[in-house]
Amino acid sequence: MATAADLGFWTVPLAIFAGAIRVSTPFLLVSLGECLTERSGRINLGLEGTLVMGAMSGYAVSYLSGSPWLGVLVAGLVGSLFGAVHAAICNMPKVNDIALGIALMLFGTGLAFFLGKGFIQPKAPNLPAIPLGWWSDVEQIRSALDINVLFLFGLAMTPAILFFLNRTRWGLVLRTVGDSEDAARAAGFSVNRVRLFATMAGGFLAGVGGSFLSLYYPGSWNEGLSSGQGITAVALVIFARWNPLYCFYASLLFGGAGALGPALQAVGITHGYYLFNAAPYILTLGIMILASSSTRRFSGAPGELSVTR
Amino acid sequence: MPGFAVRLLGASEALVLPLAALAASMVLFGIFVTLAGVDPVEVFALMYKGAFGTAFSIQNTLQRAAPLVLAALCTALPAQLGLVIIGGEGALVMGGLTAVAAALALPAGTPPLAVQIAMAAAGMAAGGAWIALSGALRHFRGVNETISSLLLTYIAIAILNHMVSGPMRDPASLNKPSTPPIGDANMIGSIPGMDVHWGLVFGIVFCIGAWVLMDRTTFGFAARMVGGNVRAAAMSGLPVGRLLIITCFIAGAAAGLAGMVEVAAVHGAANAPLAAGYGYTGILVAFLARQNPLAVIPVAILLGGIDASGGLLQRRLDLPDATVMVLQGIIFVVILASETLYGRFRVFNPKEAA
Amino acid sequence: MASKFTIDRRAVLRGIAAGGALGASATLPFRPAFAKTTTVGFIYVGARDDYGYNQAHAEGAAALKSLPGIKVVEEENVPETVAVQKTMESMINLDGATLLFPTSFGYFDPHMLKMAKKYPDLTFLHCGGLWTAGKHPKNTGSYFGYIDEAQYLSGIVAGYASKSKKLGFVAAKPIPQVLRNINSFTLGAQSVDPTITCQVIFTGEWSMPVKEAEATNSLADQGVDVVTCHVDGPKVVVETAEKRGLYTCGYHASQAPLAPKGYLTGAEWNWSKVYTDYVNLFTAGKPIPNLVRGGLKEGIVKTSAYGPAASAEARKHADAVKAKFMAGDMVIYKGPIETNDGKTIVAAGTSHGQTDIWLESMDWLVKGVIGGT
Repeated sequence: MATAADLGFWTVPLAIFAGAIRVSTPFLLVSLGECLTERSGRINLGLEGTLVMGAMSGYAVSYLSGSPWLGVLVAGLVGSLFGAVHAAICNMPKVNDIALGIALMLFGTGLAFFLGKGFIQPKAPNLPAIPLGWWSDVEQIRSALDINVLFLFGLAMTPAILFFLNRTRWGLVLRTVGDSEDAARAAGFSVNRVRLFATMAGGFLAGVGGSFLSLYYPGSWNEGLSSGQGITAVALVIFARWNPLYCFYASLLFGGAGALGPALQAVGITHGYYLFNAAPYILTLGIMILASSSTRRFSGAPGELSVTR
Repeated sequence: MPGFAVRLLGASEALVLPLAALAASMVLFGIFVTLAGVDPVEVFALMYKGAFGTAFSIQNTLQRAAPLVLAALCTALPAQLGLVIIGGEGALVMGGLTAVAAALALPAGTPPLAVQIAMAAAGMAAGGAWIALSGALRHFRGVNETISSLLLTYIAIAILNHMVSGPMRDPASLNKPSTPPIGDANMIGSIPGMDVHWGLVFGIVFCIGAWVLMDRTTFGFAARMVGGNVRAAAMSGLPVGRLLIITCFIAGAAAGLAGMVEVAAVHGAANAPLAAGYGYTGILVAFLARQNPLAVIPVAILLGGIDASGGLLQRRLDLPDATVMVLQGIIFVVILASETLYGRFRVFNPKEAA
Repeated sequence: MASKFTIDRRAVLRGIAAGGALGASATLPFRPAFAKTTTVGFIYVGARDDYGYNQAHAEGAAALKSLPGIKVVEEENVPETVAVQKTMESMINLDGATLLFPTSFGYFDPHMLKMAKKYPDLTFLHCGGLWTAGKHPKNTGSYFGYIDEAQYLSGIVAGYASKSKKLGFVAAKPIPQVLRNINSFTLGAQSVDPTITCQVIFTGEWSMPVKEAEATNSLADQGVDVVTCHVDGPKVVVETAEKRGLYTCGYHASQAPLAPKGYLTGAEWNWSKVYTDYVNLFTAGKPIPNLVRGGLKEGIVKTSAYGPAASAEARKHADAVKAKFMAGDMVIYKGPIETNDGKTIVAAGTSHGQTDIWLESMDWLVKGVIGGT
C-alpha cells in the first residue's frame, strides 16, 4: 500500500498547508456568501443552520440519486431557500436580523438532524478530487494536492465576487443598498428585493459549503459534522473587512489553524491541545480587537449593517 | 376611553401577540409532525403529559427551567442597552469552573455556607467579568459584542477542557476527567419538599432584582436611554461606557451563578458536561420573553417543559430527539416574525386609531 | 447462557478477591419475578447509529426486543447533566421501567448513583464504571469488557501489515480506558516486531469529525501506515484512512464495509450477550452480580472478521494468541514493561492479569508509543 517519505518536522508546515486547503473550503464558501449578504446591509447568522442543512440534504440527495453533483446543487438550492426565508422575514419592519439568524440556526440544525436520521448509516458517493500533485513522488505532497473542485469553485468565486461588487452595475446597486437605504430608494432601487437576492445567493454558497463537509471532507453525514464552521465564517467576514479577497486569505488561515493541533501532536508537542484547537477563535478575537476602533467605524463596513452600528 | 383602559389594552398587546405567535407555532409544528407521519393530537397529548401532566413531570420541567432562567438574563439585560450578547454559555462555564476553584482553595473545615457563598461570589465574578469583557471591547474598541461574546464562549469551553484534563484534574477521576469534588457537605441540594434544586429560586430572585433595576431605578432608566439612542444618551451626559460594562457584568454574573449552581447542585465538580448548551437555550428564552426579565420566568418554564417532553416523544412515538429542536426553532422564528405586528392592530392602540 | 455468565462472574471475583473486597453479599438484592412485562430502559449519549459506541449498545438492546415479556424503551443524545437523571426518572415514572442501562461513562457519578439512592427497589446497571462494595448502592452494578484483548490482536495483525513500522492511533481523551487500548494495541504489534512505534493523537472530544479526519491525515503525513482509533464514531477515521491508502483496524463495531481495501480486523463489543444474560437473570428473579467484567473468553468482546489485507501469517499468529485468550492463560501486562518516559512500570517477573483492577487506573503509555498522557 501507500509508502510515505519521512519528512520529520517538515510535516508541520506541510500539514498546515494541506489542512488549509482541506479544511478551509466551508469557511471560504460561507464567508463569500455572507460577504455578499452583509454588503447589502444585512447579517445572516443563520448560515450555521444553512451549512448543516446543506450538508444533510447534499448527502441525502447524493445517496438517493447516486450523483454527488446533484447533491451539491440541491444543497445550494436548500441554502437559498433558507436565505429567502431570512430575507423575507427581515424585510418586514421591526424584525431584528441578528436574532432571526440565531433562530434560523436553531431551526436549520434541528430540521437537518430530524430529516437526517436515516442518512447517518448509508454511504453516499463522494465528490472526486483532482490530483494536482501527480508530478511529485512524495506521497504526502500528492495527497496534499488532491484538490476538490469546490475549493477551486471558491477560488474562482473570490475574484468573481470582487469584480461583481466593484465593477458591475448590479454590484453598485448592492453596495448602495448596503451603505444607505435612503440613497438607494432615491435612486429608485428596491431595497428589499436586492437584499432578498443577496441573502439567497449567500445561502446558496453556504449550502454548497455544507455539502463539501458531507460529500468530501470528512465525507459523511452525522450530527457532529459542523463544529461551528458556519458561525465562525460569519465572524470571519467581519475581520476580513467585507472584502472577498481577504475572506479567502482568512479562510486559509482558519483551515491551517485547524490543522495545527493534530500536526503539533504528531511531532511530539503533546500538551495543551484544547488551547491549540481554540487557536482560530483566539486569533479572530485578537484581530478584531486590533482592527477595530471606537472612534471611527470599521473601514469597509456597509453603512446599514446592524453589527457595526 | 379612560386612561387606565388604554394602558391595559397596550399591555395586553404584549401578552396577546406572543400567545398568538405561540399558537401559530404549534399549528405549524402540528403540520410538520403530520407530514412526518405522526398524529399531531397524540404528540400534543404526550407533550402535555411529559411537561405538566404529572407531579413528576412538573418537577422535571421546573428543574430544566432553572438554569435557563439565569442564562436568559445574560442576553436579556444587555438587550436593554441595545446589545445582542450570545455568550451566556461561556459565562456559565467560567462561572462553574471558578466556583469550583474557589471551593477548592478554601481550607478544609470551612463551614459549608461560607464555601457556598464564596463559590457563588467567585462564579458571579468570573461570569460577570467574561461578559463585561465583551461590553468593554464594544465600548472601547468598537468590537461587535455578538461576535466577541460567541468567540469568548469557544475560548471558555477550551479553557474548561484544558483545566479539567490538565492543571485542575483530580487524578482519582479516572475515565471522566474532572476537578476534585467540592465535597458532599458543600452541595446546595434541593428546595425542601421538591426535587428541584435551588437554582430556580436564585433565578427567580435574580429576575425580580433585574426587573426592579431596569424598570424602577435611575440606573435602569439611563440604561434604557442608551438602548434607545447611544449618541443622544452620550450627548445628554450619561456615562455610556459605565452603564454598558456594569450591565454586561450583571448579565454575566447571572450566567456565572447558573454555572455555580450546576457544579454545586448537580455535578459536584467541574467537568466537560458543564458546557451543556443552557447558555444557547437562554438566548432563545430571552428573545421569546422579548428581553423582559420578568417574562423570562414563564418562558423558561415553557421551554423546560418542551425539553422535558422530548424523551416521551422519542420513546412512545419513535420521533427523533431533534423534534424538540425543530419545535424550538419554529417558535423562535414565528415569535421574531410577530415583532412586526406590534402597533399594527387598532384594538390595542385606540389613541392612534382616533 | 446464564451458566456461562456466572462463570465469568466467578472469574471476576477471583481476580478481585485478592483485594478481599467482595464477599457473598456482593450481589443485588433478591427480586421476585412476578411482573408480566419487564420494561428495560436504555440511554445513549450520542446517536444510536454512529457506527460506534452507541450503535454497539443499541444493537445489544435490539437483541432484547425479541425476548418474551420484555419491553425496551430508548432515548438517544441525552447529555451527562441533570437531563439524564430526569430521563431515568421519566422512564421509571411514566413507562414503568424497572431495569435501567445508562450506557455512557459520564452517567455514573453523580447521576445514576443519585437515582439509585432515590429508587432503591429498581436496578441500575452501568457500562464502564467500577462498582465498589460499600461505596456504591447495592441496587447498582457495572459491567465492562476487556476490549483491549481484541486490540492486542488487532495490534498483531497491524504489526504484520505495517511496512514503515509506524502505527497510528486517533484517540479522544487520555483516560484509562483509552490508554489501555493504546498500550495493548502497541504491545500486540511489538510482539511481532519490538521496534514498532505507535503515534497517538488526541482530539480532545468524543465526537469531532473534522478533527478526526485531520488527525488521520497528519498520521498519514507522518509516515504511519496502519491506523486505529478510540472515539465514539470511528467512521470518519476509517474512511479517511482508506482514502489515504492506509490499513485500518476498527473499533466498537465492524467498519469493514467502510474500508473494503484496507480493513485488517477490529475490536468489537458483543453487548447483546451481556444484556440478554442480565435480563434473563433479572426476569428469573435471580441475584444480579454487581460487577461484571469479561473479555474474548466470556464473549463480551469479539474481533471483526479478517479483511483481505490481513496476511496468512498475521492471521495464524493472531488466531494462536486468541486461542490463548479463550483458554484464559494469556497475560498482556507481563513484566518487564517500560513506559515511554523511561520508567519500569511492571517489573520483570511480575504480571497483571486482565481482571486486575490496577489496570483500570492506567495513566501511562508503554515504550514505543509516541504521545503524552
